[in-house]
Amino acid sequence: MSKVRVLILTGLGLNCEAETDAAFRMVGASPEQVHLLDLLEGRAERRLSDYRILAFIGGFAFGDHLGAGFVFANKIRWRLYDQLLSFIENGGLALGVCNGFQTMVRLGMLPGFDGDYRTPRATLAPNDRLGYRDAWVKLAVDPNSPCVWTRGLTTIDLPARHGEGKFLTETPEVLDRLESGSQVAVRYVGDNGKPTQDWPDNPNGSPDAVAGICDPTGRLFGLMPHPDAYLYPYQHPQWHRDKHRDGVVLPTEGAGLAIFRNGVEAAAG
Amino acid sequence: MVTRLEIAGRTDLPDPRGLHAGGRIRNFLGIPVRAVRTRDVYRIEADLQAGEAEKILNEVTDPVLHRGGLGRVESDRFDFAVSVAFKPGVTDPVGKSAMVAVQDTLGRALTLTGGEEPAVYSSTLYLLTGVTREQAETIGTSLLANPVIQTITIRSWDEWSSSAPDMTVPRVPAQHRPEVQRYDLSGSDAELQEISRKGLLSLSIEEMHAIRNHFLAAGNDPARTGLGLDHRPTDVELECLAQTWSEHCKHKIFNATVTYHEAGKEPETIRSLFKTCIMGATKAIGAPWLVSVFHDNAGVVTFDERIHLVYKVETHNSPSALDPYGGAITGIVGVNRDPFGTGLGAHLLANVWGYCFGSPFHEGDLPKGLLHPRRVRDGVHQGVIDGGNQSGIPYGRGWEVFDHRYLGKPLVFCGTVGALPVTIAGGPGEKKAALPGDRIVMTGGRIGADGIHGATFSSAALDESAPVQAVQIGDPITQKRMFDFLLVARERGLYNAITDNGAGGLSSSVGEMAEQPGGARLDLSQAPLKYAGLATWEILVSEAQERMTLAVSPEKIDEFLELAREMEVETNDIGEFTDSGMFHVTWGDETVACLSMEFMHEGDPDLNLTARWAPPLYAEPEPFSGTDLTEDLIAMLARLNICSGEKKARHYDHEVKGLTVVKPWIGVEQDVPAEATVFLARHGSSRGFVLAESVNPFLSDIDTYAMTVAVVDEAVRKLVCAGARTDRIAALDNFCWPDPVQSDHTPDGEYKMAQLVRSCRALYDTTLAYGTPLISGKDSMKNDSTMGGVKISVPPTLLLSAIGQIDDVRNAVTADFKQEGDRVYLLGTTRDECGGSEYFRYLGEKDGIAGNPGEPAPYVGNRPPVIDPERTLPLYRAVEKVMAAGLVRSASTPARGGLILALARSAMAGMLGAEIDLDVDLPADRLLFSESGGRFVITVAEKNGAAFEAAMAGQPCSRIGTVTAGSRLVVRHGGGTVADASLTDMKAAFKETLNHV
Repeated sequence: MSKVRVLILTGLGLNCEAETDAAFRMVGASPEQVHLLDLLEGRAERRLSDYRILAFIGGFAFGDHLGAGFVFANKIRWRLYDQLLSFIENGGLALGVCNGFQTMVRLGMLPGFDGDYRTPRATLAPNDRLGYRDAWVKLAVDPNSPCVWTRGLTTIDLPARHGEGKFLTETPEVLDRLESGSQVAVRYVGDNGKPTQDWPDNPNGSPDAVAGICDPTGRLFGLMPHPDAYLYPYQHPQWHRDKHRDGVVLPTEGAGLAIFRNGVEAAAG
Repeated sequence: MVTRLEIAGRTDLPDPRGLHAGGRIRNFLGIPVRAVRTRDVYRIEADLQAGEAEKILNEVTDPVLHRGGLGRVESDRFDFAVSVAFKPGVTDPVGKSAMVAVQDTLGRALTLTGGEEPAVYSSTLYLLTGVTREQAETIGTSLLANPVIQTITIRSWDEWSSSAPDMTVPRVPAQHRPEVQRYDLSGSDAELQEISRKGLLSLSIEEMHAIRNHFLAAGNDPARTGLGLDHRPTDVELECLAQTWSEHCKHKIFNATVTYHEAGKEPETIRSLFKTCIMGATKAIGAPWLVSVFHDNAGVVTFDERIHLVYKVETHNSPSALDPYGGAITGIVGVNRDPFGTGLGAHLLANVWGYCFGSPFHEGDLPKGLLHPRRVRDGVHQGVIDGGNQSGIPYGRGWEVFDHRYLGKPLVFCGTVGALPVTIAGGPGEKKAALPGDRIVMTGGRIGADGIHGATFSSAALDESAPVQAVQIGDPITQKRMFDFLLVARERGLYNAITDNGAGGLSSSVGEMAEQPGGARLDLSQAPLKYAGLATWEILVSEAQERMTLAVSPEKIDEFLELAREMEVETNDIGEFTDSGMFHVTWGDETVACLSMEFMHEGDPDLNLTARWAPPLYAEPEPFSGTDLTEDLIAMLARLNICSGEKKARHYDHEVKGLTVVKPWIGVEQDVPAEATVFLARHGSSRGFVLAESVNPFLSDIDTYAMTVAVVDEAVRKLVCAGARTDRIAALDNFCWPDPVQSDHTPDGEYKMAQLVRSCRALYDTTLAYGTPLISGKDSMKNDSTMGGVKISVPPTLLLSAIGQIDDVRNAVTADFKQEGDRVYLLGTTRDECGGSEYFRYLGEKDGIAGNPGEPAPYVGNRPPVIDPERTLPLYRAVEKVMAAGLVRSASTPARGGLILALARSAMAGMLGAEIDLDVDLPADRLLFSESGGRFVITVAEKNGAAFEAAMAGQPCSRIGTVTAGSRLVVRHGGGTVADASLTDMKAAFKETLNHV
């Protein structure tokens, strides 16, 4: 079987291309990094339709000036939207991490109600406690979610690294609908495994502890925490502790990889 | 025409930026402001067609969060509106991004009638309720804005409601380029000194003489007269020499001939501390794994078959004193360009930072012109946070040291580790050479008046006349885009050499690159400017950020420029490297400077300095007479120089790139600083590098020799403690000294120079003994400030940064206690060496001894740690072996605060207690708090105890206790309990001090 082709959009202040590339490679896909400007100007000799998965990576596109992901999303909206919509229509998958999630929400790719992938209905607002913060969080996966990227997962620890991660919706009904459709694929939870509003377990104050959402098909998924920064088991903050503790079973791979593997398997199948 | 967009938050949503500002206003300024709301304002200076303004507004306004308006958005009543905008010419990255968004939205390039360049200018509006005008002014100038770079406009509610929206834009007024001036240097010494002083040239009278003599001799040379020049140097030439010869660029003090006097000894002559001590030690070590040291922008060492490691640490002190945010962000993005400009270009892996500040709780008077240290601290942190995060580089190490002598000048250390491919475009990655005929290419950003005289200014004491334009503001996004472009160009082999534009701007970058081919011809009329009106010399020496200079062969120039165009990175061909022996600068056809390369680089007169050492004598505290040190332990944990800095540090990304293994904060709750951090260097290999550092200016007060031995030892020991190999440790030295040149302003210059000599000698002795070569370094030698007539000098400060290697990151060891029942060992010897210790300063405060502003805080004491590498190195090698054998469960290094602080950190990190019984013949307080070097606290599983002890045979190793499941750290000595503290109390004290600032 040929490898699943993944397009990683890069440039303009994005910065997680190396680890995203490594992640997709580790689960057997074939990622390619393409600068957004090359794609917009048609220099890349590639089109979105050449790929099964589109990765919106983390970083600070245009410094997050005028709002996280805004200027980058704006470029896509005015110059690449038709290609993007037909990519989605044709069954393509997309993963957005952090700045990439913000971009997908800005574009209206998420939540994508009723096949509408161009109307923004939510935003990632500044954290309640102002400022960027880097700390690991615990996420619970909604077992009923249609999200193909989180299939089979229950909980996952990942680093959250952002200043604008508070998921706010246009109206309360939008959040209700996301919940009832199990589109809230991942939530911040406390030590007891329950969704929490308490800082720092919920690092930004997102209502309903939303950490990431998918579209109704489950193929498009975005989240604030970084699966791309937990590729090796020993990256977990407790690994160098646990390896010395009697009776602790160490993981064999970084848990973030499971998300990439799920997406690649869904794209292949 | 100006279009004004105002973006306000929805009134039913909280405004985190306003709430944050409100908290700071109340906490820091003590002004009981009731409410703060904020707005973003964009002024678009461009010709817009009908409907376009609305289209932009609609796009920029986030419907979930915002209410946007053209002109102005209505507001509920407030008392005062404070508008904060950039001054003309100051970098406005937000405005730049807004320009992109506007053009994308409109699908066209903006234009402006009259031919001026269109632009978008950003500003912020703070609407304050519950303040007077006077308070609003205080808030504006001391918290919201920095008057050095920003304009503040204050309007009351009535003024605001009755006036039209402010449509002014901070455009730099168009001006003509001033004529090139010529300097007549035939006058008296007083006149020469006046020329240097007025021009901010920082040239000494000896240097002015050398310049005068050179031009008198060269003035009749037809080669010079034929170009329209004469015996009078042009302003371009004089400025260029001032940059090239500045202390910052030339390291005159480190290269001086020094006569060193010490009582009872014959005077000694040292020719260049740099060559004899620093390069000397590295040469003597002769490590075969060094790839490139001292001559490039950063040091390079072997790592694996694919990449070398590159490391550089810099300081950015003077700019950070004037504009903490701008100075610091420039510091971090500036040092990023050093590894990037090393060899043919390294990509960047990790940043480090460290700061020396006055206490953020400083309450006394501040000399006029100085910012409060809390403000300096906030701004510096935010600058490096934004610079590092937005560049996508994780931080590996971060630290702060506080002392009242940093009130005058904060020290801001920033460093970057990079990875240089062993092979680039078919050749060795570390080799580069500009060839005669190569094009001189400048890429990145445009040149403005920002950062003019940075190099010469940093070579002078800070006083009220410091130039506004010496401040630059780095723009990490512009730089990231330039790096993205250059990495593609690197892989395609499109250039022959690369270096960064830092201090001295083009005069330094082109001047240095031209040494290899033997000359350059630079046409400044081809350099892109942010605005017209810069003098020719300003273009040459501007330190405007985000620029690299490259040598591109004529065959590849078209491809190079085309790639730059595609990736939208401003790039210009500005001249040619030659072998003429001359640094020839023109404006079109007009020659504005023609300097012989030899005179530029070798013409500065040698400096002769005298050093005179006399050991100081300080008061000692009374001997310890109590029985219980628990309260002292808690108090020590809360001290500024020991307590947790996690609050600020968490704002820095430490995991981007997905290579971080042992993170800066460790333990069950990840709230205790790691002894050293461990990173992978690339995906797909479990080999890693290890970072640690040490800085201990307090020991300098007793003897800089002891200080230097201690910092080398501590940095090396931290690496070993994390599992690094002892045979692959490289070190970087960053000296930040008070001016050591004897003069009327510096009557104790000879003593300070002796401190420098002793430090350098210790560096030689210790790095040689440990086999840890110095691979790069920097000195900043004028860290004095004279503000409001008060002189404050920093204590001699040496940052020793160490980078080690670990064959498999899975074998790294962290400091947290792992499991109850584990044995606790103390390795090394504890002596009564509390001189310069945190404990003595604590006792001084406890005894209420008042210190003097310019002097060390009491007690200093007289017995610093003495370390003998003959004994410690075999111990470190033994530790390396037991770690590789997997016998060690945790390891920490007693350092500041002593043994008890190391135990406390391991206990807090592991959330486990310990029962410790110390059998050493020392007073209890000295035993617990002495800062003797060469020690480790190591825990070992019970089952491995015997193997561990066997491996440690012959080493100073004693079992001192057991890890317990309890929640207390209990220490016994001489039959009694001398400390018994709960984890809860320890953590509370450790975390509280800096938790609210």
